[in-house]
Amino acid sequence: MATEFKIPELGENVVKGDVTRILVKVGDIIRVDQPVVELETDKATVEVPSSVAGKVLEIKVKPQDKVKVGQTVLILDPVVQPAADAPAPQRRSSDPKPQRRVTDPVPQAPPRQAEPAAAEAPGPTSVPKPATAEAAPARTPASVVDITTARAPQQSASSSSSAAAAAVPAAPSVRRYARELGVDIAQVSGTGPGGRVGQDDVKAFVRAQQQGGGSRRTGLATAPTQVLPDFSKWGEIDVRPMSNIRRKTAEHLAIAWQAPHVTQNDKADITALEEFRKSYGPRVEKAGGKLTVTSIIIKVVAAAIAKYPQFASSVDVANESIILKKYCHIGVAVDTPNGLLVPVIRDANRKTVTQIAVELAGLSQKARDRKLTLEEMTGSVFSITNLGGIGGTSFTPIINQPEVAILGISRTAIEPVYKDGQFVPRDMLPLSLSYDHRAIDGADAARFLRFVADGLEQPLTMVL
Amino acid sequence: MSTSVQLVVIGAGPGGYAAAYYAADLGLSVALVDPEANPGGVCLYRGCIPSKALLHVAKLIGEAKHASALGVTFGDPKIDLDKLRAFKNTVVQKLTSGVGQVGKMRKVKYIQGRASFAGTTSLNIELVSGGTEQLTFEHAIIATGSSPASVPGLSIKSPRVMDSTGALDLPDIPKSLLVVGGGYIGLELGSVYAALGTKVTVVEMTPGLLPGADRDLVAVLNRQMEKSLHKILLSARVVDMKDTGPGVQVRIEGEGLSDADKNQTFERVLVSVGRKPNSAIAGLDKTKVKVGQRGFIEVDLGRRTAEPTIFAIGDVTGEPMLAHKASHEARVAVESAMGHKAAFEPQAIPAVVFTDPEIAWCGLTETDAQKQGRKVEVAKFSWGALSRAITVDRPDGLTKLIIDPATERILGVGIAGTGAGELIAEGVLAVEMAALATDLKLAIHPHPTLSESVMEAAEIFFGQSTHVYKPKRKPS
Repeated sequence: MATEFKIPELGENVVKGDVTRILVKVGDIIRVDQPVVELETDKATVEVPSSVAGKVLEIKVKPQDKVKVGQTVLILDPVVQPAADAPAPQRRSSDPKPQRRVTDPVPQAPPRQAEPAAAEAPGPTSVPKPATAEAAPARTPASVVDITTARAPQQSASSSSSAAAAAVPAAPSVRRYARELGVDIAQVSGTGPGGRVGQDDVKAFVRAQQQGGGSRRTGLATAPTQVLPDFSKWGEIDVRPMSNIRRKTAEHLAIAWQAPHVTQNDKADITALEEFRKSYGPRVEKAGGKLTVTSIIIKVVAAAIAKYPQFASSVDVANESIILKKYCHIGVAVDTPNGLLVPVIRDANRKTVTQIAVELAGLSQKARDRKLTLEEMTGSVFSITNLGGIGGTSFTPIINQPEVAILGISRTAIEPVYKDGQFVPRDMLPLSLSYDHRAIDGADAARFLRFVADGLEQPLTMVL
Repeated sequence: MSTSVQLVVIGAGPGGYAAAYYAADLGLSVALVDPEANPGGVCLYRGCIPSKALLHVAKLIGEAKHASALGVTFGDPKIDLDKLRAFKNTVVQKLTSGVGQVGKMRKVKYIQGRASFAGTTSLNIELVSGGTEQLTFEHAIIATGSSPASVPGLSIKSPRVMDSTGALDLPDIPKSLLVVGGGYIGLELGSVYAALGTKVTVVEMTPGLLPGADRDLVAVLNRQMEKSLHKILLSARVVDMKDTGPGVQVRIEGEGLSDADKNQTFERVLVSVGRKPNSAIAGLDKTKVKVGQRGFIEVDLGRRTAEPTIFAIGDVTGEPMLAHKASHEARVAVESAMGHKAAFEPQAIPAVVFTDPEIAWCGLTETDAQKQGRKVEVAKFSWGALSRAITVDRPDGLTKLIIDPATERILGVGIAGTGAGELIAEGVLAVEMAALATDLKLAIHPHPTLSESVMEAAEIFFGQSTHVYKPKRKPS
């Protein structure tokens, strides 16, 4: 009796990935939990462990394949037990039941033909996984995307030739409405049954376009795009497909940018803090971490959030409510050779600076090695992005939606500060807080940022 | 005499007069030019309308004959050809004068004559009453329609060889008639003559009647046609015709034909091998209007020609040559001319063959889907299980839905059976509104009517038709 190993649930919001490597071959005898295939999902490369043991009879995928949750990867003969308990072949040959299932069609495997199209147009259906240059991946609380609906809008995501337009599921009145607004209806994804496009869908599309981003639902694949000139007429060019991370970053940022952003800038005098770092750095190093400005700021931000809880909220437009989160997980953007990733420090409010420093060092290394799990990249309530190691005096970080604020850190500079009747050189750290003005008032943002700066200058203020 | 209008429409068929009247309703000053006394064009004068009047009579004759099987026997029909012709002419007269009347009420200037272009904004019109008239315009819509095509190298001058126009005149009831071309015109007119008592033979070049239509629909018609027509010769063509005085001697070639089939003499011949666009309009070369290889005027989605002031609609712009398509294009052209972003982009243009049984379809056909390599699911409901069809003793019918398997959207509908032409309208609405099979299933259809077949076909898609048991195909 053969059995199948299918792609299991990979994590919140992840339904598919690209096969990067196959870790077993036909004839291998594998055990439970042995990694059998490596997938590049939207944000992480994951080794998928087998849930069954047995001898590999057939491998149903190959590198570069796009696979989905539930898709069959291996066909195994489970009777062949690895190692010790293996009189299996005999048992099998004495088994009177014919091995019919080996040749049976695979009933649960999703139809193959649907895959390439779904892969070409991932945006329209999947709630895009956040990944921002300044901020981070999917903390989207959305439910797992329904694979079955993933097929519907692919039609509308197709090219805008008249043939494609004619196939768009929309009533004549809606097609006319779109035409009069100058909207190519083939670009609009429908929310009706069977992907039917209604007048409201057209309106939503126009609204999204006016806000400068892609359509909320369509993401990168169908975002209104400018027709590009032929760059090669001015010189040599090189065209590269977007990586999963780049594509998701682009999609997420286009959406994140739609929140009304304001950036509040301030500076913290960290002269004393730098002294503290020098004195206590070795102690933290002994614990396996590094006493960085970032790890201290994480702790300070956690204290700031405790005082100003609206900075750990999300705007639920559909339900006209603000969701306040009572946990304090902080995302930290990490620059990696593959793009920006944002690991999350859990419960930063309950950890010491040393614990945070150790954890951050570990997560950063995993990010660079592409070993982060999806759990390690989800659930943050607030993000921090530190570009100070590279330079800059200030910048406008983009809020990692659905969060409502992000703190950007630029490079510390020695500046003359007028103090006690004279100018003295002080270490000044530029801080840039971008916030969603729907959820946060300007004065509160100024107070929050001042609280952070004060916390860095006079740590005791935090516990006053 | 010179006049100036905002819009002139050349040709007053169902495309032309629809354009003129719509433009007038929108407040434009409009002229409509046509050689006939009243608007109507081929459709009203020499096409859809007179043929349907005659087909109605043919159906009456057929039903009267059929009644004997139900216990009511009528005598053989006596046909008063003059009276029949008069009935048909009255129908035409009523409709054309009615259409003319609503044009007058709209203050559309109807000019009976033939137009030629003098430039990009002016026409010369040769009036039927004599003399010419100059007309300047801001926009023109060409709606000159089409005419019957002839078989290349086979046209002989003989009163016994008719085109559809000649056949509709009903000169007599010939003992035998050869219909060249098994398309809808040949089958409709062939049916009329067969009902009146003529032995009708149809010759069709392709392997089946009604090329292009789905075979399962045509099969329903075929069964009836084989009874009512004398003979149907498929994959065959006429290679020679000679008027011998009392008849037309015809030589037919084709595989498997007997000698008797190959050389026959018919009292009359109807040539119905298609229609050609009337794009040879004098002075068109003075404009930028482009005429394509097959003689169709080239237009964009807004029905604009290459000349910004000139639009074209209907048969002269391309297939399918159907009145209702032209009327729809008329509105698109008028709106385009007025600067609106209008486009001709129907998802379903219904086609109806008014034979008995009728065949009708819209949207994607199964044949097209196969040609495009597009995967579709087809749900068919045979009228043998349709109560209304049984009550009228016409179980020879089929309703089919062409369904997108991914979205379960209705992509096309095909119907064969009595009244199919009326039933297809629901299919058009379903396709245009992007209805799903579920929508058709969940919409209550009146009982007992033929329209229930549409609902039951949708039920069949889910394996749940009340009146047909089919193993489950789809979870609902």
